Amino acid sequence: MTEGEPLIRWDWIAGHLDEIAFRLGQHVELTLIAVGAGLLIAFGLSLLILRTPWLEAPITWVTGTLYTIPSLALFALLVPVTGLSVLTAEIGLVSYTLLILIRNIIRGIRGVPADVREAAVGMGYTRRQLLWRIEVPLALAVIIAGVRLATISTIGLVTVTSLIGQGGFGFLILIGIQRFFSTELIVGAVLSVALAICADALLVLLQRRLTPWARLA
Amino acid sequence: MPGERGATVEFRDVTKQYADQVAVDGLSLTFPAGKISILVGPSGSGKTTSLKMVNRLIEPTSGTILINGHDIMQEDPVQLRRRIGYVIQQVGLFPHQTTAENVATVPRLLGWTARRIDARVAELLALVGLDPARYAKRYPAQLSGGERQRAGVARALAAEPPVMLMDEPFGAVDPIVRDRLQSELLRIQRELGTTIVFVTHDIDEAIRLGDRVAIMRDGRLIQYAPPGELLAHPADDFVAQFTGADRGLKRLELLTVGGADVDPSVIRETVDPSAPVLRPSMTLRQALALMLQNDAQLGVVVDGDRYLGILTLAKIGKMIRSDA
Repeated sequence: MTEGEPLIRWDWIAGHLDEIAFRLGQHVELTLIAVGAGLLIAFGLSLLILRTPWLEAPITWVTGTLYTIPSLALFALLVPVTGLSVLTAEIGLVSYTLLILIRNIIRGIRGVPADVREAAVGMGYTRRQLLWRIEVPLALAVIIAGVRLATISTIGLVTVTSLIGQGGFGFLILIGIQRFFSTELIVGAVLSVALAICADALLVLLQRRLTPWARLA
Repeated sequence: MPGERGATVEFRDVTKQYADQVAVDGLSLTFPAGKISILVGPSGSGKTTSLKMVNRLIEPTSGTILINGHDIMQEDPVQLRRRIGYVIQQVGLFPHQTTAENVATVPRLLGWTARRIDARVAELLALVGLDPARYAKRYPAQLSGGERQRAGVARALAAEPPVMLMDEPFGAVDPIVRDRLQSELLRIQRELGTTIVFVTHDIDEAIRLGDRVAIMRDGRLIQYAPPGELLAHPADDFVAQFTGADRGLKRLELLTVGGADVDPSVIRETVDPSAPVLRPSMTLRQALALMLQNDAQLGVVVDGDRYLGILTLAKIGKMIRSDA
């Protein structure tokens, strides 16, 4: 940081709104793809586990192991294979969502009371109807809790992908550090935190909207 | 669907064998159409297993179950279940659906039109004593235990099933609510003519509700008879014990003054004027209570204005003892 330079130069921010908007878009896009794809894969794997319980241990082991790999190391390992690409970023980001999402989907669906399930089957729900009309709606609160965790951690991890040429707000942080320019660094850091907080609040609202019965119990 | 009121449910030599034990052992009996039949017995007697074999939640190891003469194993279990009402003790209302949506469950599965479903739901909520205007939009979490059970019965009856299975439905509600729910079940059943198979471990509930009562133990049927007969002539010591030492008194609940041995030879004017007046429609238990309250040895039986004779305490006492 240069002497005499203020911590934040507002004129830089005013002059770079386009850049900031672009980084916001990139950050949101990387996050949405990661959580969306993660949710799809996690849902499929969760159904597999619910039908074939012995798969739970190996799947949990794999996703747990992925989760323990330091993010920088994971991206570094992927670069020789998939290059400095969005794909590299997403493979890493999706991998990190799986453990949390699968855990919550399974916990949510297993948490459906046995009497509710028995009544549904006893009245003639097919297996598919039971899943989509009873189990998933009732598991929704727990599943969305998992999505919140996955979203927050993904928004954080997206900043790390700046090192492989992606990054959203992380790109501003990286450049800010490289150029000893505190304004850009702070803008990147503050906005990525703000994005995480906003995303979490939106998901809370979504959960309330989708599970109006949950507040009564 | 009217026309298909109650259906007959018949068990033919039905056995359910698990790896380590026989849950139901060669059960043969018929639940008559349009009646309430009770399966009663201690835990582990096989009563719930038997019930769940009717809607194929459990499948028999051997034997045949027929509904109106049709073997249920020949039918798709999902279709079969949509034609059979099912009520369980914990009710199993869907917490994420309102009372109205819960009641609409089977009609929705059957693809009824929205208008028909709405009309049916309102009708059913009224039938079970839940004012549709107040209750239709409530979630199960906003209902009391008794209200939930009513909603459960409404849901089971929604598509006018010819058969309704009830697995200890009133086991978890307090005695006062249970008493009211029992009365209303009797009223609803008389109104609809649905065949009800009802599981309980409570012999008093069995006697109160059952047209016929099947007593089970260790997977076997011990006795299957109308409640009066069960109390008067228990098949063995187990039934005698299970029905209780007070079964004589319980029996009085099932008998009426009109059906008792009224003595018409005594002239009314000679009868002590403090003797209570009994009606032929009263149960003998009510008659006994009146006599004891009035410290009387007899009651005057009157039908409208017509004097029929007297009923003495000694006669009632004899009826209590007659089964011993």
